[in-house]
Amino acid sequence: MNRQAQSAVLFLLGAALWHAGTTDLYLRYVKAGLRPLLLAAAVVLVAAAVASVGYGWRAARRGAATGPGSGSESEYESEYEYEYESGPECGPQSGSESGSGRPAGSAGHGHHAPHVSWLLLLPLLALILVAPPALGSYSATRTGTALQQPLAYPALPATDPLRLSVVDYAGRAVYGRGRTLEGRRVQVTGFVAVDRAGTPYLVRMALNCCAADAQPVKIGLIGAIPPVLQPDTWLTVTGTYTPRTAKDPVNGGPIPFLRVTAATPVPVPHDPYDESWNT
Amino acid sequence: MALTKSAPQEATPHDEPGGSAPTGPQRRVTSPLVLILVLLLLVTFQGPVRRALSAPVMQSWTTVFVAVVVQALPFLVLGVLLSAAIAVYVPPSFFARALPGRPALAVPVAGLAGAVLPGCECASVPVAGALVRRGVTPAAALAFLLSAPAINPVVLTATAVAFPREPRMVVARLAGGLLVACVMGWLWQRLGRTDWLRPPRHAPHEGATRGETFWNSVRHDVMHAGGFLVLGATAAATLKAIAPQSWLRTAAENPVVSVLALAVLAVVLSICSEADAFVAASLTQFSLTARLAFLVVGPMIDLKLFAMQAGTFGRAFAVRFAPATFVLAVAVSVLVGTVLL
Repeated sequence: MNRQAQSAVLFLLGAALWHAGTTDLYLRYVKAGLRPLLLAAAVVLVAAAVASVGYGWRAARRGAATGPGSGSESEYESEYEYEYESGPECGPQSGSESGSGRPAGSAGHGHHAPHVSWLLLLPLLALILVAPPALGSYSATRTGTALQQPLAYPALPATDPLRLSVVDYAGRAVYGRGRTLEGRRVQVTGFVAVDRAGTPYLVRMALNCCAADAQPVKIGLIGAIPPVLQPDTWLTVTGTYTPRTAKDPVNGGPIPFLRVTAATPVPVPHDPYDESWNT
Repeated sequence: MALTKSAPQEATPHDEPGGSAPTGPQRRVTSPLVLILVLLLLVTFQGPVRRALSAPVMQSWTTVFVAVVVQALPFLVLGVLLSAAIAVYVPPSFFARALPGRPALAVPVAGLAGAVLPGCECASVPVAGALVRRGVTPAAALAFLLSAPAINPVVLTATAVAFPREPRMVVARLAGGLLVACVMGWLWQRLGRTDWLRPPRHAPHEGATRGETFWNSVRHDVMHAGGFLVLGATAAATLKAIAPQSWLRTAAENPVVSVLALAVLAVVLSICSEADAFVAASLTQFSLTARLAFLVVGPMIDLKLFAMQAGTFGRAFAVRFAPATFVLAVAVSVLVGTVLL
């Protein structure tokens, strides 16, 4: 890849990051706290692309001024190539960073990025064209529940119904034995996942940093479950605490249950992941 | 402007930017042309591409893949900026003056200097090459080569972010990385032979001005390290989305196998050291010691580093240095993991 192509890829990459960072798109992949870094990286990438094109033009103009046979980028590159071929003591990499990363013996130009750079097109296209959704029921059923014991059970507000996150409900139900939930009507939002045995779960993926480390926290559903449950549908479920628990078939982790009284489909929330563990 | 891949000597410079047909005797497909074609093809066929990626496995794969890249890119850019600034604005002679004359002392000092100088492993190989060129004793330069990507502030910050509940992981990584770097430096001093080394000669990215050199270095490092980052993300996403959980669980159950499995995984995945902590954090089935081995081995030796070391220092060097580093890194992580974790 030569200088122009590299600049184009850098620019597109910066633009894609900027797009992801300025919309909610980035929340499908990384935690909310990474946003300033994403935007800063986007600015640097675009600046690098602009600077690169600018210096390329300047070098070309310099070359044009000094007469024929010199200048223009090809001159640079042929110079590097010449040095590369010029002697055995000058290693195959010409000592330039661009050469490193390839096995000795592969040809290199000072201004050519190695072939591996082409791979940068993959995330670019995945982000722009596909924009894959946040992790859903496929990952949730393959991965065991990651419920951790809460440090404390803060007093809950006296609202009705009581809005709780999946992680909060599951922690209180399993480790707090439901003491703080008795007699309350709770409302929980998550997506539907159905395991091999047909048990429906309400799931929220909990995130430490990015989707690569996302792990599900699951609540089993019993009671007035909607007759048709489409996996990956987002639901707000209203129900009451039930002492029933089960073991996750994947890792044996505890799964509490919720007795459903009503369930309404809702749009995918602003941040599809639960980030309460980050604080 | 001429855009040929193997640029022939041109009689006249071309003026129209983006012109794709050089007048030279070798007509070649140029990279901007290929780039435009690839983009056009993919935009044209985005429907089938989307459909192919809509299966749950592929969707989950793509999400993890994009997530690893998006999450690591800011750290990569930060590291590349800092390493370019150091490469351009700090003269290499400074390091030669700053190091003690006795090699045995210079090794730990260079190891510690690596902890202060940020940059990922892709940047540290050329810097170490430059150090050797400027007369720094090879043992010290190698200690720097190993320690800089493993324990610099950017990497340690990323580790702390990735392991919010395990601050000991940061300490263990620092201790393990520094120990391996120093021991390898001393080993080289005792056993190493200069004729294994083939120091590079040519200064990288010379531009007309410092600004040009700086941006050339940034552009190159992002393209280069970014490519390897994508490679690592591909492997990580495949592992996460396709490999059955039972494999990893089986490997994770045995303490010896788990350490070896993650050490080998670190070599194969070749993840940039600025991003590997997040991958390690996601391998929750494994013990902290095994994940420490992943974090200590990864920045010191992996497939892409081996290629880079062979390119910069010569193959005779790399085939001796890389296996020794691997064995030592695994041993040290087990030791540090037992003591600290």
